[in-house]
Amino acid sequence: MIGRKPAARPNKKGAKSTKPAPAKTRSQGASQSRARLGDKLDAWQAHHSTTAIESLLRLLGTPLQSLLTWLVVAIAIALPAALYVALNNVQNIGYSWQDSSQISVFVEKGARENAVRELSERLLEDDAVNAVDYITPDAALAEFRAHSGLGRVVDDLDDNPLPAVLLVQPAEQAVNPQALEALRTRIADQALVAEVRLDMQWVERLHQIMQLAGRGVLAFGLLLAMGVLLVIGNTIRLAIENRRDEILVVKLVGGTDAFVRRPFLYTGLWYGIGGGLLAVMLVAIGLWWLSSPVAHLADLYQSDFRLRGLGWIDSLQLVLLAGLLGLLGAWLAVARHLSQIEPR
Amino acid sequence: MIRFDAVSKRYPGGQDALARVDLDVAKGEMVFLTGHSGAGKSTLMKLIMLMERPTAGQVFVDNRNLNRLSSRHIPFFRRNVGVVFQNHQLLFDRSVFDNVALPLQVAGYQANEVGRRVRAALDKVSLLHKERHNPITLSGGEQQRVGIARAVVNKPALLLADEPTGNLDPELSADIMRLFRQFNEVGVTIMIASHDIDLLRRMNKRVLGLDGGRIVHDGVLP
Repeated sequence: MIGRKPAARPNKKGAKSTKPAPAKTRSQGASQSRARLGDKLDAWQAHHSTTAIESLLRLLGTPLQSLLTWLVVAIAIALPAALYVALNNVQNIGYSWQDSSQISVFVEKGARENAVRELSERLLEDDAVNAVDYITPDAALAEFRAHSGLGRVVDDLDDNPLPAVLLVQPAEQAVNPQALEALRTRIADQALVAEVRLDMQWVERLHQIMQLAGRGVLAFGLLLAMGVLLVIGNTIRLAIENRRDEILVVKLVGGTDAFVRRPFLYTGLWYGIGGGLLAVMLVAIGLWWLSSPVAHLADLYQSDFRLRGLGWIDSLQLVLLAGLLGLLGAWLAVARHLSQIEPR
Repeated sequence: MIRFDAVSKRYPGGQDALARVDLDVAKGEMVFLTGHSGAGKSTLMKLIMLMERPTAGQVFVDNRNLNRLSSRHIPFFRRNVGVVFQNHQLLFDRSVFDNVALPLQVAGYQANEVGRRVRAALDKVSLLHKERHNPITLSGGEQQRVGIARAVVNKPALLLADEPTGNLDPELSADIMRLFRQFNEVGVTIMIASHDIDLLRRMNKRVLGLDGGRIVHDGVLP
């Protein structure tokens, strides 16, 4: 093998190596021309951190250009993120609406009040039931008289034709089509129950629409993620072209592919992370902008609904995801273009 | 140190850059390659650097058959060969120090070791006082000396130089050659491509004359 070791300590402290070392030491094996493993590991780590910092500084050195790339990435990530937030909010409204989706249980006519109260207690024991409202036939008739506009007709009746009704409020975890259907069957099997009514269609439709919207957001997000990959890939390709000379020299003096790749991968990572941070800010600004009109609107409907933004965890995940996309985009560009640059 | 066994190199275009070349360069030798441009000097050096692979035949460097060296191992092989180019291939986006430090950083040396060796190499080419300068502010001769410092900073046993004095006037060329001779005196095997016949006569070393991809002369010039 060629080469010579960094002789363990060739010079005394302060001694200058103006004179070449004697030829004798030169014949030592070249295995020595490599640095020791431990030192190499340290140097490897050091190179990672310096490369990471250098790539970031390089990006900050051309602020306008970097900002443009960051913005493109941010917009591509903020769009699906905003849709995701919107979907989450609609789902929240949906849940509060579903809360009002109660099950009407019509009791056999002529059932004694005690028996109906017992039935009500039994229903309450079900985990899927949140509350049960007992409406006596008299109360039902009074309500009918007040709201139907047929008060006179009602007064003419000898007998109250209305049955007792139990309004069952499903528990939150039971608000989905399958659980509600199961609950309906359980209630229908009870003694004294004449009929159970549940507006299943409405619940089912809302559920389906939500699923559809969720998939739409996912597909949209995937498309835009691919866009981010391409944008970052292309930016990295340009960076590789710009540093062609450097890559050639590094390869000539024995730089491995990993060494050559490293700065570009970090550049991609920074593009992704920067874009992700900007995206989180864009979503936050958008929510802030919308939150007060939404609150007013909700107040008009006597609702205490408020817009919910990205939480800390969601935001962190978004930034990490963007970073990963950046890294992946850089990797694609590097894999394609770096091997084409070989010293000739 | 270097051995060629019936090495031929044909480029995709069809012309033979080297035709069945045999040669042997001993450890610690200093040889010159000469010939017209296109005679095969650069190709011969590129084969030693593994910048090209031979079409036929075998190249040995330090008894290692380069044909058997996979491309994954090329970077590690190159760390043991110093190269000096006619256009020095310096990077103008960093200081002289950082240019010379590159081979050490690539090989994973620690920062303090890098600093020590870079200064030693710059001292050898008498440019220690310019370590903080950008190489673009240096003269042609100084730039070439930086290139030499970078080639020797890793203390390679083999040093290749492709027309290292091509753009320099005779006085600067003599300086550069003196440097090479110093390295040779401490045991570095050196191969220099040059078409400066006067210079080759003055150096009084073994000369390999190439013509049309064949070796047509081997020995000290008369």
